[in-house]
Amino acid sequence: MSAPQQPIQSHILSVLVDNEPGILARVVGLFSGRGYNIESLTVAEVSDAAHLSRITVVTSGPASVIEQIKAQLGRLVPVHNVHDLTVEGPHIARELALIKVAGTGEKRVESLRIADIFRARAVDSTIESFVFELTGAPEKITAFVELMKPLGLVDVSRTGVVAISRGPKPL
Amino acid sequence: MSTAAQAAQMPGQQMSGAEMLIKALIDQGVEVVFGYPGGAVLPIYDALFKQNAIRHILVRHEQGAVHAAEGYARSTGKPGVVLVTSGPGATNAVTGLTDALLDSIPIVCLTGQVATHLIGNDAFQECDTTGITRPCTKHNYLVKNVDDLSRIVHEGFYVATNGRPGPVVIDLPKDIQVAQGTYTAKDNIRHKTYRPRVDGEDAKIKEAVALMAAAERPVFYTGGGIINAGPRASELLREFVQLTGFPITNTLMGLGGYPATDRQFLGMLGMHGTWEANHAMHDCDVMINIGARFDDRITGRLNAFSPGSKKIHVDIDPSSHNKTVRCDLNIVGDACRVLEQMIAAWKQGGYKPNQKALDTWWQQIDQWRARDSLSYKKDAKIIKPQLAIERLYELTKNQDTFITTEVGQHQMWAAQHYKFNKPNRWMTSGGLGTMGYGLPAAIGVQLGHPGKLVVDIAGEASILMNIQELGTAAQFRLPVKVFILNNEYMGMVRQWQQLLHGGRYSQSYSESLPDFVKLAEAFHCRGLRVTDPADLDGVIKEMIAIDGPVVVDVAVDKAENCFPMVPSGAAHNEMILADDKPKDANNASVSEEGMALV
Repeated sequence: MSAPQQPIQSHILSVLVDNEPGILARVVGLFSGRGYNIESLTVAEVSDAAHLSRITVVTSGPASVIEQIKAQLGRLVPVHNVHDLTVEGPHIARELALIKVAGTGEKRVESLRIADIFRARAVDSTIESFVFELTGAPEKITAFVELMKPLGLVDVSRTGVVAISRGPKPL
Repeated sequence: MSTAAQAAQMPGQQMSGAEMLIKALIDQGVEVVFGYPGGAVLPIYDALFKQNAIRHILVRHEQGAVHAAEGYARSTGKPGVVLVTSGPGATNAVTGLTDALLDSIPIVCLTGQVATHLIGNDAFQECDTTGITRPCTKHNYLVKNVDDLSRIVHEGFYVATNGRPGPVVIDLPKDIQVAQGTYTAKDNIRHKTYRPRVDGEDAKIKEAVALMAAAERPVFYTGGGIINAGPRASELLREFVQLTGFPITNTLMGLGGYPATDRQFLGMLGMHGTWEANHAMHDCDVMINIGARFDDRITGRLNAFSPGSKKIHVDIDPSSHNKTVRCDLNIVGDACRVLEQMIAAWKQGGYKPNQKALDTWWQQIDQWRARDSLSYKKDAKIIKPQLAIERLYELTKNQDTFITTEVGQHQMWAAQHYKFNKPNRWMTSGGLGTMGYGLPAAIGVQLGHPGKLVVDIAGEASILMNIQELGTAAQFRLPVKVFILNNEYMGMVRQWQQLLHGGRYSQSYSESLPDFVKLAEAFHCRGLRVTDPADLDGVIKEMIAIDGPVVVDVAVDKAENCFPMVPSGAAHNEMILADDKPKDANNASVSEEGMALV
């Protein structure tokens, strides 16, 4: 059945995996091998004792593709569970960025002012540059980066999204 | 402290990695290993040498080892085990592993690896085996600590055989094979994450049988999942199909899951399926798919696939659901278990099929059947390939015969004309379509079934891809029969070139074919040739009577095409029939869009 044109949606998937060698390659290989999108991907160990890592992947596609991505992730042997935060209810999604801005004079002052509005912290400073540290929703970081462009933006480094559900219950 | 006292205190026995591997295989009930030695597995071969529980079958190429293990696995229901060396040993196994992945065959493939301290140094015969095999295995492991080795082997068998079966690679560095470590018993293993769902959800089972009872034009469409779920699944399927009186069709992988000589069987469906099976699929109102995956060779054009039906899909792999075809009722579970549940629910609910509607449906099916879509033009002078298969079937049907195939026209003719009444008798490369599969697979089948007749129905092009395995058959006195339908063409390529590319037979004719009789003799096998239809029966009988491996070169009609055919990009009810069949509006030709499809 050729499905009527489904809208492309962005979904945040939270995947709990055994922290074993090759697990990231398995996940990334699944996305590239089957032609799925990765908008961002973060991974780090979340339980040292149980050797568990959480992979947060932001992906986009029509609903049928998202469903398939979840099923494909779920059948990787070292995967404990897959949660689609976008459909499962309220959640927090955050990113951290380090943003380098170089400039002097009024531009330098302006960058500091905007950083203050965005609650970005200057974590490195020379007389002609700042490195700002900023956390927030991806849109906020993008907005800040846009504002820094005319003020001497040099480099941006972003972590990609990490996310967790709201409320007392675990995923 | 005495050694005995030490052993008593130890949680497990101490031994070398290689010994541990052999012990783990024995504990897993492994009787046969297909392999090829090399530098990085010498300690394992040394441990093999010192024991008698496991038989090692020396193949001639690592691809052959995996296909042999596949044939063994598919015909016995047990996992197939492969042992190859590092580097080229592992890369040669990749085609077989991919084949096993696509056809869901349980394989445990042990690969040697350079010593751990050399990994990453581009050492001699080093390759990134786990990296290369990650996308073509269900799961793979690199053993970095000898104390993990036996656990990983036991886990590997569990993963390969549970849920949707598949190939598992365990990469074993050479220093791990010689290091001393502690053996972990099979019973002490519980997998951390992998627990496939076996039982179908009760509510959905009830919904499914209610839907079936209300059906007016139902059809069962079952696949390799029935075979993988064990012989009991086939028995249950037969019970359920007969209980309901519904028609049933099988996929290529599912042949033998339901008796082919039964009246309710419509034959195979799909690209080279029967007229009646494909039309029933197209026109049905309720489709019951058990253990099949809506492969593109089955569905034809997706937006025209069985447009008016409610679809029930039973599959143990949740990722098979809604992958290409959206179904109305998806049941995750083992085919055998779900069939049990469905039969129980059908009986409990006191369901009866809608007999009046079903009678009308059968009348329609019988009309389609009357088209006799598998019939072909007889010829007194030239052996028609279909005739060769028919005669092979007639002359072997009264003994328990196992058939393997290569890939191409002969494979489809075998699927169409050889009638399988039992599961595990039909071994073919369905998903990957691997030429060169059939001979090594036949070797694996023969090892699992000594004394049984095993025939590789082959084409002259495919057989040359793993012809070296005749050496294996001869060495181990495996009386496999290679039945070559020799048309001197890569027949399926030629057929597509005729239908799609204006008869420009680009590189599909094989000049300088070997003399297969002499070739067989060079490998210490027997060779037979037949060119006249009148001699066919005699040669087949002679082949069966010879107690040893035989190659039969059957010279068949060079121009014969495999029909019926749903051309790429067409729907189930748009089939091409053989030239001598009456044409109607539903006769299709190949479309422009279809040309871009495989």
